[in-house]
Amino acid sequence: MAESKTGVFKKIFNDKSIEEYINVFPNRVGSFGFDAWGFNIRNMKSNMRLTKFLYESFFKVETFGLENVPTNGRCLIIPNHSGQLPFDGMLVGYSLLTNPNGARAPKAMVERFLPSVPFIGNWLSSVGAVIGDPINCERMLDNEEAIIVFPEGTRGSNKLYKHRYQLQRFGAGFMHLAMKHNAPIIPVAIIGMEESIRSYADIKPLAKLFGIPVMPLVIPFIFPSKVYIYFGKPIHFENDVYKEHEIKERVEKVKSAISKLLKQGLEKRASETSNK
Amino acid sequence: MEQKKTILVTGAAGALAKKVIDKLKKDYKIIAVDFRTKVDLGIPVESYKVDFNKRIFEDIFREHDFDGIIHLGRITAQELNRFTRYNANVIGTRKLFDLARKYNVPKTVVMSTYFVYGASAYNPSLLDETTPLKASELTMDLVDSVELENLSTIYLYKHPELNITVLRPCNIAGPGVRNTFSMLFSEKRSPVLWGFSPLMQFIHIDDMRDAIVTAFEKNIPGVYNVAPDDYIGLQDAIKAAGSTTIPIPSIPPVLTEAVAKFLNWKSFPSYLINYFKYPVIIDGSLFAKTFHFKPKKTLDDIFTYYRSLK
Repeated sequence: MAESKTGVFKKIFNDKSIEEYINVFPNRVGSFGFDAWGFNIRNMKSNMRLTKFLYESFFKVETFGLENVPTNGRCLIIPNHSGQLPFDGMLVGYSLLTNPNGARAPKAMVERFLPSVPFIGNWLSSVGAVIGDPINCERMLDNEEAIIVFPEGTRGSNKLYKHRYQLQRFGAGFMHLAMKHNAPIIPVAIIGMEESIRSYADIKPLAKLFGIPVMPLVIPFIFPSKVYIYFGKPIHFENDVYKEHEIKERVEKVKSAISKLLKQGLEKRASETSNK
Repeated sequence: MEQKKTILVTGAAGALAKKVIDKLKKDYKIIAVDFRTKVDLGIPVESYKVDFNKRIFEDIFREHDFDGIIHLGRITAQELNRFTRYNANVIGTRKLFDLARKYNVPKTVVMSTYFVYGASAYNPSLLDETTPLKASELTMDLVDSVELENLSTIYLYKHPELNITVLRPCNIAGPGVRNTFSMLFSEKRSPVLWGFSPLMQFIHIDDMRDAIVTAFEKNIPGVYNVAPDDYIGLQDAIKAAGSTTIPIPSIPPVLTEAVAKFLNWKSFPSYLINYFKYPVIIDGSLFAKTFHFKPKKTLDDIFTYYRSLK
């Protein structure tokens, strides 16, 4: 017999299995469980219970290459961005939170307008989201954090369904930070989120009216598409080039590493689907 | 017997100044002044009510050979109108610095506030002392705080012989403190903005007293943030202090401002609305390293005090 809705919620919020991860996080927090960016270990627990449901039961995530993620010390996790809502960040974050090789609570750089949205801003910062300011990123790298950065920004997450799996322009900020702070870059490919929420148009006048970057025309339904996350091998860049075109060449190297992972993942998914 | 050195302490009516005076009076001769009232600090502290902008203020410098000034005096936005406050806080401080130059006072500690950075959704965390001061952008009621800082910095570099140390503390809390956030903790029900709980830092008044005394005695001029490396969300802090929260509508912003002005609560002033919304987390590491300073009281010590009041 199917579980009742109350039963499902009880199961989610009484789940004690995440404690084993929380207790080993290397993240440093103060006496009330907060760090300097608003991350809060208590909120993290309840958030992890909810994300666990999304991760295991809704999107049925499969991860590959988690051994490529350093279990401590600074690093930049660089995925492709998709799916209109920040589920991709949550899923990548959860995979690091429950990494069997060494759990750690990552930070994720988010749009600057988000702190001004009631409840959302606070909730996001309590689970590790930080506004995309280079000063924040520098400080966190110095604090030996793992930071998820989506260099495509809203160009990637809010692209139209017809452009799925086409990487958009990458910002170069992450490369400057990786070089300056000697942080390895972990390229990541996320497959499946493009199909979860599909946007067919961007209603620019409405976006302008509400003062937000995009107003996607979407089917108001989250498709439970299966998600695959591929973590690539760490890439190190020396701090030895200074001209912007040289830095952009390095950004393209990371982009092509993600592109390669995406291609492999899509081919694997296609072959699995055809075998069924 | 060696004669005690003499210190001028301004803002003597404030709880922090009283603590500073109490700590220093054994080793120094203290002359206490306040813009608002003549404070009875007991023997041997001489106390005056004086307006820095009046000529009589110079008589205090003529009568005493000061070895240092601890400038804590500040008229807050809740006390007087903007014009009087600007005169007292900014023009008055300029007068104080000019007299310090004229009478060769070798060191001055100036009390500022973290409010000068301004609360904004775009603030990165751990603002250091080089961060631009943007509070004037938010409200005219903080212009005097920013101007006082700018003035102090001009004198710090133009007149190095004054040895000015500017301290920018986070929220000060504890017994006797009457600032906005302390008042929130003292009340049974405290207003908060619906959907916002900005991250904050709090320093116990006793630790702030020690920070001022240390900065004064070690005399290493410069501008320093003073804050512990421990943090808490405002709504969590209010609950930890034993208060319950009253949510005030947070959108649209005009409604929030109208409600704040209508309620006219001292613990929810309209000019500080942004500080109820966005974090202003400062990096106190420069002060901690330079002066080997570490706060002794924890956040829990602070909230235990407020809980004991209820």
